[in-house]
Amino acid sequence: MTTSAGSAPRVGLPRLIRDIESATVRFAGDSGDGMQLTGSQFTNTSALAGNDVATFPDFPAEIRAPKGTRAGVSGFQVQFSAEEIYTPGDKLDVLVAMNPAALVTNVSDVVPGGLLLVNEDSFTDKDLKLAGCSTNPLEDGSLDGYRVVRIPMTMLTRKSVDDLGLSVKLADRCKNFFAMGLVYWLFGRDLTATLEFNQAKFGDKAEIARANERALRAGWNFGETTEIFELGYRVAPAQLAPGTYNNIMGNQALAWGLMAAARQSGKDLFLGSYPITPASDILHELSRHKNFAVRTFQAEDEIAAMCAVIGAAFGGAMAVTATSGPGIALKTEGMGLAVIFELPMLIISVQRGGPSTGLPTKTEQADLLQLMFGRNGECPMPVLACRCPADCFDVALEAWRIATRFMTPVVILSDGYVANGAEPWRIPRLADLPKISVHHPEPKDKDDETPFYPYSRDDFLARPWALPGTPGLMHRIGGLEKEDRTGNVSYDPENHERMVTLRAEKVERIADDVPLQQVHGPQQGEVLVLSWGGTFGACATAVDHCLRQGLHVAHAHLRYLNPLPANLGDLLPQYRKILIPELNRGQLRMLIRAKYLRETIGLNKIQGKPFAVQEIVDKIQAIHDCQEPK
Amino acid sequence: MSSAELPVLTAAQFASDQDVRWCPGCGDYSILAQMRRIMPRLGIPLEKIVFVSGIGCSSRFPYYMNTYGIHGIHGRAPAIATGLKAVRPDLQVWVITGDGDGLSIGGSHLMHCIRRNMDINIVLFNNRIYGLTKGQYSPTSPLGQVTKSTPMGAIDNPLHPISIAIGCEASFVARSIDVNIKHLAMVLQRAAEHQGASFVEVYQNCIVFNDRAFQYATDRDTKLDNVLELEHGKPLVFGKNREKGIRLNGLDPEVVTLGNGISEADLLVHDERAPEPSLAYLLSRLRHEDGFPEAIGVFRAVDAARYDHELNRQIQLAQAKRGIGDLEKLFHTGDTWTVT
Ligand code: SF4
Repeated sequence: MTTSAGSAPRVGLPRLIRDIESATVRFAGDSGDGMQLTGSQFTNTSALAGNDVATFPDFPAEIRAPKGTRAGVSGFQVQFSAEEIYTPGDKLDVLVAMNPAALVTNVSDVVPGGLLLVNEDSFTDKDLKLAGCSTNPLEDGSLDGYRVVRIPMTMLTRKSVDDLGLSVKLADRCKNFFAMGLVYWLFGRDLTATLEFNQAKFGDKAEIARANERALRAGWNFGETTEIFELGYRVAPAQLAPGTYNNIMGNQALAWGLMAAARQSGKDLFLGSYPITPASDILHELSRHKNFAVRTFQAEDEIAAMCAVIGAAFGGAMAVTATSGPGIALKTEGMGLAVIFELPMLIISVQRGGPSTGLPTKTEQADLLQLMFGRNGECPMPVLACRCPADCFDVALEAWRIATRFMTPVVILSDGYVANGAEPWRIPRLADLPKISVHHPEPKDKDDETPFYPYSRDDFLARPWALPGTPGLMHRIGGLEKEDRTGNVSYDPENHERMVTLRAEKVERIADDVPLQQVHGPQQGEVLVLSWGGTFGACATAVDHCLRQGLHVAHAHLRYLNPLPANLGDLLPQYRKILIPELNRGQLRMLIRAKYLRETIGLNKIQGKPFAVQEIVDKIQAIHDCQEPK
Repeated sequence: MSSAELPVLTAAQFASDQDVRWCPGCGDYSILAQMRRIMPRLGIPLEKIVFVSGIGCSSRFPYYMNTYGIHGIHGRAPAIATGLKAVRPDLQVWVITGDGDGLSIGGSHLMHCIRRNMDINIVLFNNRIYGLTKGQYSPTSPLGQVTKSTPMGAIDNPLHPISIAIGCEASFVARSIDVNIKHLAMVLQRAAEHQGASFVEVYQNCIVFNDRAFQYATDRDTKLDNVLELEHGKPLVFGKNREKGIRLNGLDPEVVTLGNGISEADLLVHDERAPEPSLAYLLSRLRHEDGFPEAIGVFRAVDAARYDHELNRQIQLAQAKRGIGDLEKLFHTGDTWTVT
C-alpha cells in the first residue's frame, strides 16, 4: 500500500484511517470457496467507490481439483487506486488465505510487512497434509516479516448463522462472505451493492441469502469490534475522465463491441463457436442477447464453427467466431477459404498457454505467429490485438470496419489475462460510435447485359459483397484459384501470381487506412519499449515509472500487428535500443527483425502469468545505461 | 411465394456459363440434368437458390448451376450451408457431396446437419470410390474391393449412407440411381419440397475408377430383381413380373415369392410417414450382397422441428418478451457510477 497522508478517525469507520493511494488484495482459497465471486464483488464495490480498478482472476484448469490441495487453489487479485492504473498490481498488500494451500502458494507474492488474513480453522493436521505442509506455517516462523492475522473464520461464520437452521456444510459455504465483510471493513467499503447482489443472486433461496448477509455483516463487525486492526485504510476516488462507468471484463467487452459493430453497420450478428477456454464467455454473453437479433450457433466442432461463419458471411451477416489457439489450429483450413473468398468476418483468438492443450486457464501470447502465418499458401490476414479489457470493445468495432471496407477476414487477438480481467469502462454514447458503412451491389435488371464480376475491385482492392437473393448477380465462389475479376476457376500461372499479389497488397494497404503509431514519452531516446496485446498495462506502468526516474525511455503499444503501422519503420531508428517484452519466446521480435532488419532486445516470460511491472522496470534499467546495444 | 407472379423459368436458365468438366459418361451429368430439370418446377427464382459443396468430383456441381454457389473445402459443405441457412432462412440451400466428402472427412458435419434438421437439401453422390484423387477406396467401398490404396482388397467395413442418416434422426431420407432419370427427378423434387433436412443418396457410376459398381441395379436384365421401388402405403413388391415381395419373419425381412398361399396382404407395407424410423432402417439394411433387392424412393418423410426455424423463432420470442435490444440500456446494466 502506498501511503500518502494520515487523517483523523471518523464516525462509523475504524478508529484510525490512513489514506493510501492504492492497494492490491488477493483472495485465495479452494476452488469451491467462492473466491472469484468474492473478488469480483470487492472489485465492483471499489469501482463504485470511484477507484480505478484492475483485476486478475487465476483459477485451476480442473473444475473441482481435490479439495484442500495446492492444485485446487483459486485466486482473485484486484488493485484499486486513486490514480489511473493499468495492471492488477505486482505485489500483494493483503492476502486473504482460506486454507494452508492458499497460503503457501500465494504468500511469496505479498510485500514484506504485508497483511495476511488467515482462516485459522482450516489449519488442522488434515488440512496441512492435504496442502503438503510438513509443519504449520502459522507456527513454524515462515511467516515472520508479515503481519499475520489469524481469524477463526469458519467458527465465526457458523456462529453468525447458527439460528438459521442451515446444515454445517451450507453454513460453511458462507465463509467467503465473512472474509469479504472483513476486507470491506478494512477499506471502509459500503456493503450496499453486495447486499443487493446477494438478494438478486440468492434471493430465491431465502435462507442462503440471509446467511450470506449475516456472514458479511459478521466479517465487517469483526473488524470493527476487535482490537486486532490498529488501522483502517481509505483509497480516494480516482480522477477518471468524466462519464458514466461500468466495470467490464474483456470477453464481455468484446461481445458488446461486436454487438455495437453490428448496430453501426446495420447488420445482424452471427456467432459460430465451439466451447473452449478462455473464449467461451463470448459465446455465453452473446447467447443472452437474442433480442438484439444476435444468432449464436454452438457448432459440432471448431471446423464447423469456422465454416458456418463463412456461410453466414456469404449470406450477408456480420459473422464472427471466437476460439483459442487449439481451435485456431482446427479452423486453419477454413480461414484459408475465408481469405480466398474475400468475405468480411472476424476470427477471435483468446490466447492461452500452449503448445497443445497446454495451460488452458493461464495466459500467454504465443499464438501471434500462428495467426500471422499458420495457413497453407500465401494467405495474409489482418491481425489486431486488444490491450486491456475495455479496449476489447473498441477493437471489435475497428476490426469489423476493416473487414467490411477491405472485404477480408480479420483476426482479433486477445488473451486469458485480458479476457478475464476487469476494469472500469467509460460507457460511450451511441452517437459517438464510429459509423461502419457497408455496401452491397444493387440487383441487376433482366435486360441489363453487362456481366457481373464478383472479383472486380474498388480503390481499397475490395471486391463487391453481392448477397444471394439479389436478382441478376448470381455467382459462384470457391476455394480453387479465381480468375481476376470474373472469379471463375483459373489455373493460369500469371493469374495465380496476380491474385496472390492482390490479396497481399490489399492487406498491406490497410496500413494507410489506420492511425499512425503513437509513442508515449520522448520522440527520441535511449530505449523504446515496443509491446502488443495484454502486456500493455505492465509496460505502460513500467515506462511511466522509469520516466519519473528520469530515464530516456518511451513506449509504443501496437494494436495493428498485420499490417504494422505505416510509420513504425521510421519510429524505430529514433531509439538506440528497442525492448520487446512478450509472454512468448520472441514472436513480435521475429516479425520486427524480418520486416525492418532491426535487432531488438527481448524480455520473455512463459510461465502462464502476466508480467509484473517490476520485471519490466528492471529490464529497462538494466539496458538503459548499457553501452552496447544488445 | 406464389409462383403465379414469377416468370416461368426453363431448365436451360439454370445452366451457368461454365463448361462442365466431368469425365464423359460420368453419372454426375445425369444428376445435373435432373436437377436443372426440376428447378423450374419449384417456383423459386434463381437468385434465391444456393448450392454448397465440398471437395470431390461431385462438388464441382455448384459451378454448373446459374444460381448462387459455394465450392467449399473437403467435407465442410453442411457446416457452411448451416451458417448460411441460419442467417438467411429465405434461401433454398442445397448441399452436394459424395461418399468420401460426406461420410469420411465430413462425416461429423453431415451427421449434425441432419440431426439439427436444418432446412437444407443434401444430395450425396455415392460412387463408392475416390474419383478426384484418382481411385482410392472410399468409406462406401465394399469389403475386399481392390483399388490403388487397397491392392489386396479393402479390409474396413463400409458405411451405409441411408442407415447413417436414419441414425441421425433424419426427417427425410431417399435414394435414387443416376440412370433412373424420372425417378431421380421425382426424388430430388420431393427432397426440395420437404421442410427440414432432406438426405438423398444417389447411386452414381464413376466410369473411370469404379465402373459398373451398381450394375446389378441398372442393367436391364437384372435391375427389376435387384431394386425395390418404395411407394408410400403400398406393399413391398418387386421382380421382373412383380412376383416377389418382402415379408417380416420375426424381426427380420425375408424375400418371398407371391402365390402358393402368399399374397400381397402378407407383405410389409411401406409407410414413409411412420413416426418410428424402424421400418426405414430395416429397408436401409436390404443389401444386394445379402440376397435382397435394394430399396429406392422415399424411405422416410416426417415433420420435425427445424433448427433454422427455431433459431429465428427464439429471436422473435426474445424480442416480443424483452423488446428489441437497446444497446444504451445494456451498457448501463449492473452497477454503474458517474464521474463528473
Ligand atoms: S472420376 Fe469418376 S466420378 Fe469423377 S468425374 Fe470422372 S467418372 Fe465422374
